[in-house]
Amino acid sequence: MAERRPFLLEARGLSVVLGGVTAIDRLDLTLQPGRRTVVLGANGAGKSVLLRTLHGLIAPTAGTVAWGVPVKQAMVFQRPVMLHRTALANIGYALAVNGIGEPDRTRLASDALARVGLSTIADRPARVLSGGEQQRLALARAWALKPGILFLDEPTASLDPGATAEIERVIASIAAEGTRIVMTTHNLGQARRLADEIAFLDAGRATELTPADRFFEEPRSPEATRFLEGELPWK
Amino acid sequence: MSIPGTLGRLSLAGMAAATATSALLAAHAAQAQGTFITVASTTSTEQSGLFKEVLPAFRAATGIEARVVALGTGQALDMGRRGDADVVFVHDKAAEEKFVAEGFGVKRFEVMYNDFVIVGPKADPAKAAGKDVSAGLKAIAAAKAPFASRADKSGTHAAELRHWKAAGIDLDRDKGPWYRETGSGMGPTLNTASGMNAYALADRGTWLNFRNRGELAILVEGDSRLFNPYGVVLVNPAKHAHVKRRAGQKFVDWVISPAGQAAIASHRINGEQLFFPNAKPWLPPVE
Amino acid sequence: MREIFASLGLALGLIGGADPTLATIVSLSLELSLAAAIAGAAIGLPLGALIAVGRFPGRRTLIVALNALLGLPSVVVGLVVYLLLSRAGPLGSLGILFTPSAIVVAQTLLVAPIVAALARQVCEDAWKEYEEQLTSLGVSRLRAVPTILWDARFSLLTVVMAGFGRAASEVGAVMIVGGNIDGVTRVMTTAIALETSKGDLPLALALGIVLIVVVLAVNAGAYAIREWSGRRNG
Repeated sequence: MAERRPFLLEARGLSVVLGGVTAIDRLDLTLQPGRRTVVLGANGAGKSVLLRTLHGLIAPTAGTVAWGVPVKQAMVFQRPVMLHRTALANIGYALAVNGIGEPDRTRLASDALARVGLSTIADRPARVLSGGEQQRLALARAWALKPGILFLDEPTASLDPGATAEIERVIASIAAEGTRIVMTTHNLGQARRLADEIAFLDAGRATELTPADRFFEEPRSPEATRFLEGELPWK
Repeated sequence: MSIPGTLGRLSLAGMAAATATSALLAAHAAQAQGTFITVASTTSTEQSGLFKEVLPAFRAATGIEARVVALGTGQALDMGRRGDADVVFVHDKAAEEKFVAEGFGVKRFEVMYNDFVIVGPKADPAKAAGKDVSAGLKAIAAAKAPFASRADKSGTHAAELRHWKAAGIDLDRDKGPWYRETGSGMGPTLNTASGMNAYALADRGTWLNFRNRGELAILVEGDSRLFNPYGVVLVNPAKHAHVKRRAGQKFVDWVISPAGQAAIASHRINGEQLFFPNAKPWLPPVE
Repeated sequence: MREIFASLGLALGLIGGADPTLATIVSLSLELSLAAAIAGAAIGLPLGALIAVGRFPGRRTLIVALNALLGLPSVVVGLVVYLLLSRAGPLGSLGILFTPSAIVVAQTLLVAPIVAALARQVCEDAWKEYEEQLTSLGVSRLRAVPTILWDARFSLLTVVMAGFGRAASEVGAVMIVGGNIDGVTRVMTTAIALETSKGDLPLALALGIVLIVVVLAVNAGAYAIREWSGRRNG
């Protein structure tokens, strides 16, 4: 048993009951700084609820979520949500509500757009962009806030393979700058490409937290083994 | 720390809206600053067109704008009681004298009189036509012919009730479905009478201006009992300190002065004079 | 049927003839109704958005009450405002009874609940879409109010136009608190009521047609603004 090391984020005995259904059930999970974690599990295992609870969008029914180090958080959802404004203005808005004034605001927003390759459509209404472009915009918006941790809930589930590849590139780029990544996905190939550790969820509990290359060769829990062998029934 | 752009923009919009609205209302208030008085009068007087004739003359003579709010006599006197008017100008002598006796008015002055007529279907099924109002009403009640009453506390309504009583008819006993109480002004009551071919008591002024006659025509007129006297009363400043005493008194003085009386007499509809001035010789203003 | 055509002709003549009394009445009606629409929106939009976005005890009761106010009888509002502004009443010293200000007050009291109730629904639908993302960005509920209002501005413009329509069509309350004073507080609707009670139905109908044309013009203007702005902003 290793001694306690300073952690980034720790969930202890976390339970979340939504509409009478126990989505998270006495879950324990400790995330260290500087990694890229992908949360895997069958449908209904509680991946989305877990991310939202860790991010603070859902209040736990029991248990705690503790931050070892306070960091700025951001989240990207499966479907991007944009205001009826231009692409640039959407990023500008996020910066404004976080206390960034002009002229920094426009500069930072333009930089963010450039990083994801959307500079040419800065003045287009965000809502007329394609799904892939909007998701890139959502990433740019999150990245512009310089978050210490970025949650992503199935960010490419609604996108075609080309757009998916684009998004993965941006995520990798953000991670390379030192932002902690916590992501869910159904796409095992994507998990292999992006993760350096896998958290596996089954029926609202975390059955293991394993370095990625080990997980795909030899997962520690029987539930994960069954999942990888494609035998896990849908919930 | 900067105010978020949208919040700032919305606050500016809100302030602009508030400023615009205030400026608008201030402009109207400024327009009002030239002296004006509020005169509570009756719908029948307004609908006769008298004020369109007489008020400009008053303004030219005194520089004061008289703003007329036209209601039923009862409501007009109530307005005076509440202090919402400076002068009342109605046609119900008994009610006006009570108004003064109760302390709400300073003094009643006779101004003019017009007359009432009984209108009804040209075919006159009740055989009410003639020069005798009592005979006419008796005939209508006997025939149980439809009769439209204002039933609205107005001077006209009060007069109507007095005429029924004088004709010896006990309405509470003899009232039936033939007696229709509209609870509304002269015009709407005439609209109703026209719509159901009913008889009605109307002031001549409203009748002459009334366009929706249908089958109706004047059937009873000329009975001296049908004369309808108007009085003007200054609302008592002792009861309501804000009453515009001087300007209101000027209105009273002017309306009973030779100039005012002449203006009243000159009002005609289709060449016919409507109101007959009868103010007593002009007296010094009440202090 | 003949009367309606006669009135149509009369209405065209009135509009073309630019009679000064009619012009005064029309411009007064427009001024006061627009003022009431703006004031009602200034109250109703933030109120509706706050209720939509907020979470507080009694919220659902408040929503039901607000929706019920949509059916508020205007003559009751007129009576209450009259009693408040009467010299014998608590606000009598303001001296605004029987002036255009009193009309704006009464109309605003009619417009504000409509705007608030409809805005609440519009903002609640928008909030459903935005709540998660905005919360994630660090936007508090209070801070979200102006964001939602601006984002839903086109739907809310329609809501404000509904308020304007309500103000422009009001008769009873305006009659009671304004007094229908010739040249001072006579507006289109009370003028129509007056001509009707005088039995001059063709003129009353003609004035009604003029009123409808004016309200149509205002709505067309609002629609045009919406279209032009929509093309620019998406």
